[in-house]
Amino acid sequence: METAVFIVCAVIVLAGALGVVLSRNPVHAALSLVGTLFGMAVLFLNLEAHFLAAVQIIVYAGAIVVLFLFVIMLLGVDRLEDLSVEPITGQRALAALVGLGTFGLAVAFLVTGDIGVVGVGAQTADITDQYSNLRQIADVLFTDYVYAFEATAALLTISVVGAVVMSRRMGRDDEAQEASGDD
Amino acid sequence: MVTASWYLILAAGLFTIGATGLLVRRNPLIMFMCVELMLNAVNLTFITFGRELNDIGGQVSVFFVLVVAAAEVVVGLAIVVAINRRRPQATADDLSALRG
Amino acid sequence: MSTLVDLVWLIPAFPLAGVLILMALGRRLGEPRAGWLATAMMGGSFIATLLVFIGLVGHEGDERETVFTLFEWVPAGKLAVDIGFLADPLSVTMALFVTGVGALIHLYSIGYMHGDEGFSKFFIYLNLFAFSMLMLVLGDNLLLTFLGWEGVGACSYLLISFWFTDEANASAGKKAFVTNRVGDWGFLVAMLLAFLTFGSLQYGEIFFDLEQNGVAASTASAIVVLLLVGAAGKSAQFPLHIWLPDAMAGPTPVSALIHAATMVTAGVYLLTRMNPIIAASHDWVPDLIMWVGLGTALMAATIAVAQNDIKKVLAYSTVSQLGFMFVAVGSGAYVAAIFHMVTHAFFKALLFLGAGSVIHGMDGDQDIRRYGGLARLLPITSMTFVAGWLAIAGVPPFSGFWSKDEILAYAYGENKVLWLLLLITAILTAFYMTRLVLMTFFGSRRWTDEEVKAEGDEEADTETDEDALPHRHPHESPWTMTVPLVVLAGLAMVAGVFNLPFTSDVHFLGNWLKPSLFGNEGHLSFGGGTKWVLAIVAIIGSLGGVSAGAAVYIRRRIDPARIEHPFLARAWRVDEVVTNFMGGPGRRAFERTTQFDERVVDGAVNATGTLVRRTGTKLRASQTGLVRSYALGIAIGAVALLVWFITRAGL
Repeated sequence: METAVFIVCAVIVLAGALGVVLSRNPVHAALSLVGTLFGMAVLFLNLEAHFLAAVQIIVYAGAIVVLFLFVIMLLGVDRLEDLSVEPITGQRALAALVGLGTFGLAVAFLVTGDIGVVGVGAQTADITDQYSNLRQIADVLFTDYVYAFEATAALLTISVVGAVVMSRRMGRDDEAQEASGDD
Repeated sequence: MVTASWYLILAAGLFTIGATGLLVRRNPLIMFMCVELMLNAVNLTFITFGRELNDIGGQVSVFFVLVVAAAEVVVGLAIVVAINRRRPQATADDLSALRG
Repeated sequence: MSTLVDLVWLIPAFPLAGVLILMALGRRLGEPRAGWLATAMMGGSFIATLLVFIGLVGHEGDERETVFTLFEWVPAGKLAVDIGFLADPLSVTMALFVTGVGALIHLYSIGYMHGDEGFSKFFIYLNLFAFSMLMLVLGDNLLLTFLGWEGVGACSYLLISFWFTDEANASAGKKAFVTNRVGDWGFLVAMLLAFLTFGSLQYGEIFFDLEQNGVAASTASAIVVLLLVGAAGKSAQFPLHIWLPDAMAGPTPVSALIHAATMVTAGVYLLTRMNPIIAASHDWVPDLIMWVGLGTALMAATIAVAQNDIKKVLAYSTVSQLGFMFVAVGSGAYVAAIFHMVTHAFFKALLFLGAGSVIHGMDGDQDIRRYGGLARLLPITSMTFVAGWLAIAGVPPFSGFWSKDEILAYAYGENKVLWLLLLITAILTAFYMTRLVLMTFFGSRRWTDEEVKAEGDEEADTETDEDALPHRHPHESPWTMTVPLVVLAGLAMVAGVFNLPFTSDVHFLGNWLKPSLFGNEGHLSFGGGTKWVLAIVAIIGSLGGVSAGAAVYIRRRIDPARIEHPFLARAWRVDEVVTNFMGGPGRRAFERTTQFDERVVDGAVNATGTLVRRTGTKLRASQTGLVRSYALGIAIGAVALLVWFITRAGL
């Protein structure tokens, strides 16, 4: 059963990823991304990370992709991108080389090192069946990682403020500067 | 039985696709999506290792990655909006004001 | 223990508060409230000092030393410097007269600076000076003393060139500043040497280490000689004395406070404070201090004879009296040095303030050749000035006699030639002070005013050929100026009782200062009989000087022009020598240095710059400004890392 789910999801994930990279239309790319994210969510379930699977759906597929789509609509950037030319010389060749290198080396590492995954856990807490996945994460999050957790609160606040500052209408000074602008 | 290696190979593939896409595509929005793909690949490895090592820490790390990714998208898209206001339909290659 | 001593931090805190308040509100307070505030702060500081003094008196003799640490200032490994105050007899004595005389001079300044544009600024500087001086005196380590030392130097510069729109004032300030820098160099190096030797900058720890482990005489000598350089700079000893006479360009209260009573005594204070190190050094070191002091005293006294500017006379007299104190320090008579410092603070501040009162009355004229017969018009000023004159001339029972006599006695014990030269200096002191008093307050008027014009014409002086004498309206100064004069005159008369030589019981100051001197105070090698003879000789000398002055300047037995030799009037041409040296060989040396700086140092700097710029131009090309290129760079780096991991894993 797990194998079947894995194979199906892996296909969905990779297909979605290729769809993101290869779509000329950004709307199509965003929809492909949704496919990848759903596939990932199922894989998370497969790996018994129930809470994260839910978050993956709600935050990623729900909020972030919707935000992407919203920006696409807002700006009207639905112009098709011409993928047949590459302005930077050697970029594609090198990109292919890098891609092959990354994948090849990582897989080679995994395949030849047949000893499996070794190492010690971060010694935070073991995964048990005694409590729900949500409760286990919460236990760790609000004890060992509470400072990091608080820091994420600050991070989110700052990013929201930053987004508001950047996207607000420019003041008079900026407009004057733009009128005499650099381009 | 699916071993950890399968998940890790899938993550490597996903990461490679994301990275290559980031290098090849010129539309800033799609480049952002590629970054999300790479982050997801890393999340998958976190959870896989967490299960293998029987440690909840992997999942907690993924939680933080999600939060940071959300913040990154918010700021990134705000930048895209701001750039598009000044230069409509700009691609990543058009923005080279920092050229030395 | 008594808690009164713990109030020591209040002493500098008051003037500091004054500075801060005046900086914020000075202009709004305006005249005269800014002055009153500053004076009140000094008064508060004086009262705090009195309380600390009372607290110290309450202690047993050996325990009269309290270190009050406010906070850690520089904790840097082995070097630990605290903001700490040392309340011991020596520092409290200094603080007493600094705050006391300081408060009086602040009060005086309210009258003197009346109508000046920079009224509140002046009081900021005065309070800042008082703060720095108190840090210098009360600091429990060399660095804090150095902080105060630099602070008073800066305030001195600011105050000398207070009326900076006048070119002469501005350059006088610069001269003082630069000359002091030379001395500061000595202090700084001495401080570093002391730290290397004793491992601490705190006085208590230095002296403890010295007592426990001793020190090589040559090291101690080096430290003391360098300190002497610093002290000579601050206390205007030869050859660094040249700034002090020029410093008289500042307002007269400044001359009184900084350049007579307090700041210039810092060098004497420093040497007295470091007396254990002087005791540990070679024998020639105290002798050097002594001879420097004597040379300065004698030279300055001869110069003072030929000066015509009332403040210049007093300035050279200050240099000369400081020389006396150095002689005292060099001959181990620390008590006498401090005693003379205190009495000198009283009578010299008095004389300067009196001079200021005269200048005030004479509409800013400072030339004593255009004074004369002012006694009736400026009664309080002249009475108090006479008290100061008798004190500095060494006429008993005025204070100057007692302190000067003690120095002379120690000098006699040290070296007969020294004593004789010092006695001559004392006689000269009496002589030039008599000249000053007679030319200012007595004799014929060498000025006119409308009311007495006829009389003035009649009495038109024979020695000045000017037909038109300057018109002046001399008037007595306001009460804020005369009250300090009267108080200081009283102190100048009776301050001798601080340290009477008759029995050891009335040797108050000597007994009081004992804990600070660690038994390094010298002892007179001769008995009471010699002392009496010396005292009588000193009295005869001073009276002789006074009568000689009277003979020349009233009875005109000798033509004053024969005494006032141009060589003396031009201050032994020290300034010219310095100018010629610095303008000739000195300048060439500096030019050589400049060339070295331009070619080698600048060349190296510029070459580095050129190299960086050229490399940068080449490297610019790699910055395409394209995000994807940068991303490719990162990706290549990531692959390289992956390769490295795998090779490490032994694939």
